[in-house]
This record gives sequence, structure tokens and C-alpha cells, in this order.
Amino acid sequence: MKTLHKLFAVAAAFGMVPAAAALAQAPAPSSGAPGPAASAPAPAAPGSATTPGQAPRDAISAASQASPAQPQQVSSDGMQTGEAPSNASVAASTMASRATPTPGIGQPDGRAGLQDQVTPIGKEAAWFHNKILMPIISIITLFVLVLLLYVIVRFRRGANPVPSRNTHNTTLEIVWTLVPVLILVAIAIPSIRLLAHQYSPPRADLTVKVTGNQWYWTYTYPDNGGFEIVSNMLSAEDAKKRGEPRLLGVDERMVVPAGATVKVIVTAADVIHSWGVPAFWVKMDAVPGRLNETWFKVDRPGLYYGQCVELCGARHAFMPIAVEVVSPAQFRAWIASKGGTMPGAAKPKSPDATQNSPVENPGAAAAATTQNTAGGSATETSPEPSNISAGTATPPVSSQGAAESKRGN
Amino acid sequence: MTDTTANASHFHAHEAHDAHHDADHKPGFFARWFMSTNHKDIGTLYLIFAIVAGIIGGTISGLMRWELAEPGIQHLTTWVGQGKTMDEATHLWNVLITAHGLIMVFFMVMPAMIGGFGNWFVPLMIGAPDMAFPRMNNISFWLLVPAFLLLLGSTLVPGGTGNGAGTGWTVYAPLSTSGSSGPAVDMAIFALHLAGASSILGAINFITTIFNMRAPGMTLHKMPLFVWSVLVTAFLLLLALPVLAGAITMLLTDRNFGTHFFDAQGGGDPVLYQHLFWFFGHPEVYIMILPGFGMVSQVVATFSRKPVFGYLGMAYAMVAIGVIGFVVWAHHMFTVGMDVNTKMYFTAATMVIAVPTGIKIFSWIATMWGGSLTFETPMMWALGFIFMFTVGGVTGVVLANGGIDNEMHDTYYVVAHFHYVLSLGAVFSLFAGFYYWFGKMSGRMYNELLGQLHFWLFFIGVNVLFFPMHFLGMDGMQRRVPDYADAFADWNKVASYGFMLMAAGMIVFFVNIVVSLLAGRKAEGNYWGEGATTLEWTLSSPPPFHQFETLPRID
Repeated sequence: MKTLHKLFAVAAAFGMVPAAAALAQAPAPSSGAPGPAASAPAPAAPGSATTPGQAPRDAISAASQASPAQPQQVSSDGMQTGEAPSNASVAASTMASRATPTPGIGQPDGRAGLQDQVTPIGKEAAWFHNKILMPIISIITLFVLVLLLYVIVRFRRGANPVPSRNTHNTTLEIVWTLVPVLILVAIAIPSIRLLAHQYSPPRADLTVKVTGNQWYWTYTYPDNGGFEIVSNMLSAEDAKKRGEPRLLGVDERMVVPAGATVKVIVTAADVIHSWGVPAFWVKMDAVPGRLNETWFKVDRPGLYYGQCVELCGARHAFMPIAVEVVSPAQFRAWIASKGGTMPGAAKPKSPDATQNSPVENPGAAAAATTQNTAGGSATETSPEPSNISAGTATPPVSSQGAAESKRGN
Repeated sequence: MTDTTANASHFHAHEAHDAHHDADHKPGFFARWFMSTNHKDIGTLYLIFAIVAGIIGGTISGLMRWELAEPGIQHLTTWVGQGKTMDEATHLWNVLITAHGLIMVFFMVMPAMIGGFGNWFVPLMIGAPDMAFPRMNNISFWLLVPAFLLLLGSTLVPGGTGNGAGTGWTVYAPLSTSGSSGPAVDMAIFALHLAGASSILGAINFITTIFNMRAPGMTLHKMPLFVWSVLVTAFLLLLALPVLAGAITMLLTDRNFGTHFFDAQGGGDPVLYQHLFWFFGHPEVYIMILPGFGMVSQVVATFSRKPVFGYLGMAYAMVAIGVIGFVVWAHHMFTVGMDVNTKMYFTAATMVIAVPTGIKIFSWIATMWGGSLTFETPMMWALGFIFMFTVGGVTGVVLANGGIDNEMHDTYYVVAHFHYVLSLGAVFSLFAGFYYWFGKMSGRMYNELLGQLHFWLFFIGVNVLFFPMHFLGMDGMQRRVPDYADAFADWNKVASYGFMLMAAGMIVFFVNIVVSLLAGRKAEGNYWGEGATTLEWTLSSPPPFHQFETLPRID
């Protein structure tokens, strides 16, 4: 039992370094092509964009034409608002700059504690867990253990042959009622504050719509022309080839810029899934018929893994999540490589400037997501669950194949 | 009650006499075990049933730990059979987790605690001749058998991707509706219907018995705490199970009759199902632990040779836990997309439960304080219960925080938490009760050495099994997966070793039962001596077939 408590202490020791460190390096390679990352080996880029100047997908480019001017929101000096990036250079550079995971960050490493947190909420929550909750529960558990061991030794029959008849002590009973109440109040204050912070995100710089499907994720970028990417798990061999962990690597990652507040709209097309990235302290159920909203803001560029965390059928274990946080310039290049546009990059065709979020402006969003199968954002409360099969049978085999064929580039 | 008191004062004179006459006349085998109206026989049937279900549920958990011992899928493909796809193999995994959960909850813990020990000892402890509705008692038990057969049978019929219901014990829509074609989920739902009806009938029986059949002088505030715990549990059952029945009936109609209660395409809402399920599901976790609280109170008092400390506080703490247990359900759904104020409320309400639970923990320790403790097997289980339940309780306080649950939800941290309160809480209390009353029920004493060996193997085993799951959860390993990222391999390996220790402990347990039943020392009426003060210890071991024909009078 003592070992248990050592282990608890070990877990507690994995405290978060008080933030700050990551903030400084936010928009690191600010302009031009991504620097060192570009030279990183990218051996088997999937169906890679070898053709410079490759045309983006038609529907998306069409949609992007309709995209109106946006007030530049992504907070970064590296972002050049006026000028569309050259497809030739970005296609090459994004494929080459596919980040590789950093051991111990954004993925499990077998530790006895929380993953390193990279979002402000994650840091606050990890502090609350590691510095408030863990000490309190460890002390309570040790206290109970010590009391138990004490009575076992002190009041064993050999040491205390005549039992007392004492069955009441009002003071004691009041104390062990009130002290836990006070402890709980002490826990509740940072807990409620954490909840309040989770629910008061800064103004979003980017919105990504995440749709859970059996058994893959799709990501739609309504701010960037509404293109959709389909994210499937890498096979064990592919993951090994690319230096990614088995069961966590995906072919098409969700890519977001560093330092940007990302609003994530989560829904599902068939059954309930849950989109969770442990390093972000983000987990949101993807419920068909609902648009759930959550957010994160990551300053440190890198690769962060998560998994589906709600039982969703046979391949529940095999629909991982990979979020790649890149510099704003890389992000812009990645958007272009997917045939999307940066807000403000295209000439506005309509005066409607609120098109940023599909939730706030259903009509415009619908226009922007014509090619998007799960473009259910057209209605505010009920995304068209177009992927729910009309019958009751789950499509057991076809979905990954279908996903393959849908994939862009 | 008053009309039965006429001869009560003659009770002691008649006790021995009863045992020799028609009070001990037993019907023939078939009539006795298949048409029973005797609370002790029905209790025995429940215990046998729970042990059988526990063996099956435990075997399933062994299969799961075997598969999880190493990363990758090693065994599922073999178990699912030749010529099946990988999807059918991983569906089999979902069937295993579903069956393990449902069996352990509905067919092991509940029948053992309420049906088994409740039936056996509530009438004995309140000085009643039997339950209020003996025939209803019988149907309560016999509804469980077809329920269990339906659940086991569901694994043989198609359930979507493969055979069996792979929805998890929570049976969330739409995975359980549009996500699972075939009759397997329907069969599992019917199993729950029958098990629920069984429990509701049992609850009615216990409430009536406890309110109306207490011996003269046995006021509510003199009832043993085990009886209090069963009373509170019966109310929870009565109020919670109809909600489950309604929810799964709606699942049935969604599946078969074209309704859209939980189907977003038809204007329904999948989250509604979760609210209904957890309105039942949270009281259900107290249903599984409250009788355990009661048993631990009896055991601790007996082996401390001291009355329970703070009796009223203990009784009303259970009532408080029962009441609060009905208003905290949405903490199981913190990630479903809830309003921030709702989340704050459920965070605060959930943490409040720690207060009455703390009262109980400290009262048990205070009961031992000043006592004259001995450490027979039941006491070891009770001590283990107190400490392990504390560990499970404090991780419950962590999970109660909506902001923290955001990270822990549906990870192994949750698995660790609820196994600490169930596998190390409820199950420890079941073993405490089993060893405590084994002699009373069977007339033969268990083997002390084997009992201690069982305890230590099981205690070390389950801690090695479940403690590392906290680490897996904090590191991000999600629940209900047959395969995991390679980084999780080490702690999973440790957990699987823990399972082996625990399984070794269980083998010792079964050996102990067989040895004791065949060759155990004959048990006296009150083999625990001065500490055992409740009414069942005034009777022979085993008690006469009909006891308390003359009611005892309590001063």
C-alpha cells in the first residue's frame, strides 16, 4: 500500500512547468517558406503533390471565389493578407514539411501522469490537477491509511482486550462533516473558475468543423473556402515508414496555425464519436444532430495526437486524430495546397462579411461548402446527417475505401 | 405489527423447540428449489446464480486482459473463428466489454447483494419469519434466469458488424439503434427489461418487509445498518429502474417500430437517451455499493466488539447518498456538449456526495477506535474495503470536476475509478459478507487459512490490476479499445499480471468453498462471539427452515 502512495506521488510530480515557455516561440518562422522543417525527410508523402502548380479541386476553388473579404484575424505578423501564395511553391513545401512527432509531446509516452499541456486551458487544468487535486487526494488517502494502520496496531485484541462502549462524539462528528465541506469548497473554487475559462474562449481566428464518421474524421475549413479533408488512420507499416506511432498517425492531418484561437465545431454523421486531444485538454462528443463547440489555442508548432473517445463500433480504436500546428505561413501554404483560400485573399463577391462561421451565417456557409458532403452546417441546429444510412445496417467495410476515393489531391 | 406481538415474550423458550418440529420441515427437492417461497432458499439461489454469473463475467474480463496484455490484436481473431473479418473480431471485443459490464452489474453484484444477502439476512435481522411476499420473491429470482439466458443468447445472433450486442453496457443510441442491426441488441434490451422487473419486484418486497414485518420493539432507528442499507437501496431501485425500462423501451421502438426518440433525422436527440440512462445509471452505482456499506458496518462492529459509532449518522448518510445520487447523473456526460452552468451545477452536486461518504469512512474507523480488534477473513475484507473505497472515492472527487473530466472522460482513469469502487469496493464487501455469514448460511465454517490467502492474493492482484489504469488514463488511453498505442504497453502488461494474481485468489476462493462445504467445522449459532449482536446470531447455524415463529422482542 505504501508503494501505491509512492506512485501517487510520482504522478503528482509530473506537474506542469508554469506556462510561459511556449508563448515566446509562437510565430517562429514568420515569413517565407518554412525553414528547417522544409528539409525534413518526407519519404512517402501520400499521393504526393509532385506536380507544381497543381490545380486545386474545382468545387473548392469555385467556392473560394465566392468567399468574401475577411478582416484578417489570424494574429500573426507572418501572414501576408493581400497576396495569394503561389501554388507551386506551397504544394511542394507543405508536403515536405510534414512534421514528425516529438517524443513526449502530444502523444502518450507511458508516463504515470498527464500529457504535457500546450493550451492555456490545458495548463490551467493540469496545474489544478497536479498542484491542487493530487496533493489533496493523496493526503486524504494517506490520512485514512495512517488511521487504519494505527487502529489496527493500537486496538488489536492483544493490545486492547476490553473494548470501549463509546459510540458517540458529537464534536468529532461535526468536525468530520465540516472539514470535508471546507476541502470541497477549496476544490470547487478553482474548479468552477476552470469551467468558466473553458467556456469563455477568445474571439476565434479560425473555425474548423470536425465530423465523426464510422470510422474516420473529416475536417472542414469554412473560413478557407469550405474544403474538406478526410482523415484516416495510417496502417502500421505506413506509420512505421513515416516515423509516426502506430494507431495514432493519420494520412491527412488537421492543420492549424500556431497562436491562433481555433474554434472547433464537432458533429457526427452516423453514431456518437468523441473528438479528443489529450495535450490540448479538449474532448467534445460528436453527436449526430448537434453542433458542439469547443476551442483551443496552441502556440507551440508541432504534432499532437488524439483518438476517438466514445465507443462507436467495430473500429472505435482505429480512428485517431492528428493535429499539426504550423507557423501561419505554413498554414497559408497548406490551405493553398488543399485548394482553399485565406480569408481576405479573394475578392468579395458579396457584401456579406459574416461568413466566417457556418453557424452564424447558414446561407453563406452553405454556398461555401457545396462540395462538402457533411455541409450540414446549412441549418443551425440540425446539420444534415447525410451520411447516416437510411437503413439500419452499418456499412462495415466500405467506408475507408470510400474515404480513400474522396480524398483530395 | 401490533397484532403479532402476543407471544413474542416466549421467543427464547421456543427457539430450540422450533428447530426440531415442523419449523424445519423442508419440501422435496423440486418443490424446495424451483417453487421456493423461503427467503433463505431464495437467497441461496441468488448467491449461486451470482457466483455462476461472476465466473462468466470474470472469465470475460480475463479474455480482455489477455488480449490487452500486449499491443496489437493477438487473440480476438482466433476467438471470433475462421473466415471472419477483422471488423468482426473487433466487434467481438465490443461484445465482450458489453457482456462484462452487464453481467457484473445486473447478474453478479445486484443479485448477490440484494437478492442473496438481502434475502437471507433482512428477515433474520429484523426478526421476521420471511419476506412479506414470498411468492413474489420467487418470481423475482426466476425472472433473472431468462434474463441472463437472453443476454448470453444475444452473443450468438447478429448484432450489426458481427454477432452479439457491441454497444457497451450503456447501450447509447444511435450505436444501439441505427448502428446495430440484427436481433442481438433487442435480446440484450429484453434481458435488461426482465432483470429490471425482477429488481423492481424485489425492491417492493424489501420495502414492504422492512416497514411492516419488524419484530416488536425493532424501531427504524434500532434496525441493523445492513437493513437500513437494503431499505435505501430498495427505494433507489424502485425509483431508478422504471426510468431505465422506459429508456430501453424507447430504444426498442426506435429500433423496430420507426419512432425517432433518439434519432436526429426524425427530430429526436441521442443525448436524451443518455440523460434517461444516467438518471438510472447513477443511482445504480449506489445500488451496487450501499448494501456493501451495510455489510461492512456489521463486520467492522462485530470484529471490533463494539457497537457501530455514530449509528444515526451512518444511517442518514446512506439516505443522503441515496437522495443526492438522483441529482448528479449528468457528470457521466460532461463531454456531451453541455451548458456551462449545467456543468457547474453537476460539478458541485457531485462533490457534495463526498461528505456523507466521508462520514461513513470516518465512522468505521471510529467504530474500530477503542475496540478489541481481531482480523478474521471478513474483517480483512472490510478493512480492504475501507481503504480501497477511499482511493476510489478520491479519484471520484477528481472526476467530479467538469473541467478535469474533460481530460479523463472515457479514459482508463474512469475505468480505474469505477473498478476501485466496484471491484475493490462492492466485491470486497461481498466477500466480507460471504465469509462473515458463510457459517450461518451453510452450517460449516470456512477455512481461515484459505480465506486469508484468498484475501491477500485478491487484494494485491486487483491493486496491481487497476492502479496502473490511472496512469494509462492520465496519459490518454481511451476506454473500450482492443488495441492501443505502443506507449501504453508497459502499464497494460502490469495490469494483466495483476489479473493473474487476482484469478489465483479466486481459485483459492472456490477451493475454500468446496473444502468448507464438504469438510468444514460445524458452525455454532454465534460463532463470532460477543461482537455479533444482531438477531441472526440468536439462531442456529444454519437457521431453522422457518424461524421466528414466535417473534423476538427487542428492548
